[in-house]
Amino acid sequence: MIVVVLPAHLRSLAGVTDDVQLDVDGPVTRHSILDALEARYPMLRGTIRDHVAGQRRPLLRFFACGEDVTHEPADAPLPQSIASGTEPFYIIGAIAGG
Amino acid sequence: MSNVRVLVGTRKGAFILTADGKREKWDVSGPHFAGWEIYHMKGSTVDPNRIYASQTSGWFGQIIQRSDDGGKTWFQPGTPADEPATTPEGMPKGESNKFVYDTSDETGKPLTTHQFYDGTPHPWEFKRVWHLEPSLDDPDTVLAGIEDAALFRSTDGGQTWAELPGLRGHGTGSQWQPGAGGMCLHTILLDPANPERIIVAISAAGAFRSDDSGATWKPINQGLHSLYIPNATAEVGHCVHHIAAHPSNGNVLFMQKHWDVMRSDDAGDSWHEISGNLPTDFGFVIDVHAHEPETIYVVPIKSDGEHFPPDGKLRVYRSRTGGNEWEALTTGLPQNNCYVNVLRDAMAVDSLDSCGIYFGTTGGQVYGSADAGDTWAPIVRDLPPVLSVEVQTLK
Repeated sequence: MIVVVLPAHLRSLAGVTDDVQLDVDGPVTRHSILDALEARYPMLRGTIRDHVAGQRRPLLRFFACGEDVTHEPADAPLPQSIASGTEPFYIIGAIAGG
Repeated sequence: MSNVRVLVGTRKGAFILTADGKREKWDVSGPHFAGWEIYHMKGSTVDPNRIYASQTSGWFGQIIQRSDDGGKTWFQPGTPADEPATTPEGMPKGESNKFVYDTSDETGKPLTTHQFYDGTPHPWEFKRVWHLEPSLDDPDTVLAGIEDAALFRSTDGGQTWAELPGLRGHGTGSQWQPGAGGMCLHTILLDPANPERIIVAISAAGAFRSDDSGATWKPINQGLHSLYIPNATAEVGHCVHHIAAHPSNGNVLFMQKHWDVMRSDDAGDSWHEISGNLPTDFGFVIDVHAHEPETIYVVPIKSDGEHFPPDGKLRVYRSRTGGNEWEALTTGLPQNNCYVNVLRDAMAVDSLDSCGIYFGTTGGQVYGSADAGDTWAPIVRDLPPVLSVEVQTLK
């Protein structure tokens, strides 16, 4: 079971109040996690990556096990601790305000 | 007894203000979609309980929300109103709405480029929906004006959207460029007497008209004079801030341009200036009295560099002569130390016998007048910055 930490706005949009847990088929990658996330929460389609090209929205980043994986290939395997659910996969929005 | 429902979009959510026909006591609901920018909400004239909302975020993109009960509950279109709004697992199952430029060989136009701020070619990139305009005869049909400028239409209640590519692709698109707020299609006018006519305005491209339901378009900017662009009388490139028309005469258009208040008597084929005695002719909003087609309203703003009222006095100006002769309306509005702005979609009129006028400010106030602007009172004072105001008159 994969654990995904969403920004607050996306939690409210998805109607959840906490981290979300997902089953991911096959290799656990950013691509497969986002596919599973959008399948479970269709209202999040387009909010994290572009509908068509799948391009990441500019103000969002991805972290796994303390590492910034934003610019890693979308199909690169993520660490085993992400795949096992020991560590969460973070979707983080840029800080706003001053 | 009639009621009014004021739909207020703000930087941090939506608010709905309701009152009876006296318009003295107001109920306020919200924030809906708290924390999100609500660029615009508008109700269908065919089914007033049908309201569309543009919920958007620089972080998370575009969501279309819809209410079928006058704003009490909302859902993302994709779930028919008579079906459960959640999946069997209890998850909301609405779809985020997809706005994809039509580049298909069969129906679309090549994406090509428009001009960026520095004049270099820049590809079209969808950013957000600025304005939603429900059809005058079908609650499931609604137009959306988007940034980067294009016009989209949904015929299934907001579930799916298709571009009307004739606008972006009619020939001048490569010359369009963004204004400070982005390259947005912010104004959509439908003409009750001419169902095939659509008039839109784009910053900073100008005004455009279709007389065949959006299939083909032409610029309608003759007579506009804009000193801030290299060719002041260019076919396109004008920063039109808003256009209004009275439903009884779609040929008469009133425009608040970046600078200049303008009028057309031929559906935009030609324009002439009607700024007259305004203290400044910069501004964003313009609207028309519900029952007097020659009575119009603007809120003068000091300048393009100083987006606040002249002299710190918030004044609505009314012309009862279709322009040129203006009177300041100040009763009930702050007349000192007021430095708010009133954005382009943030004024609306109701259609009660005594016409009501409403506008919202970047300071979070929504002011209302139940006597056509003679006197004003704040309905709410402390909302987030107001982006848009629309009014529904409910019989």
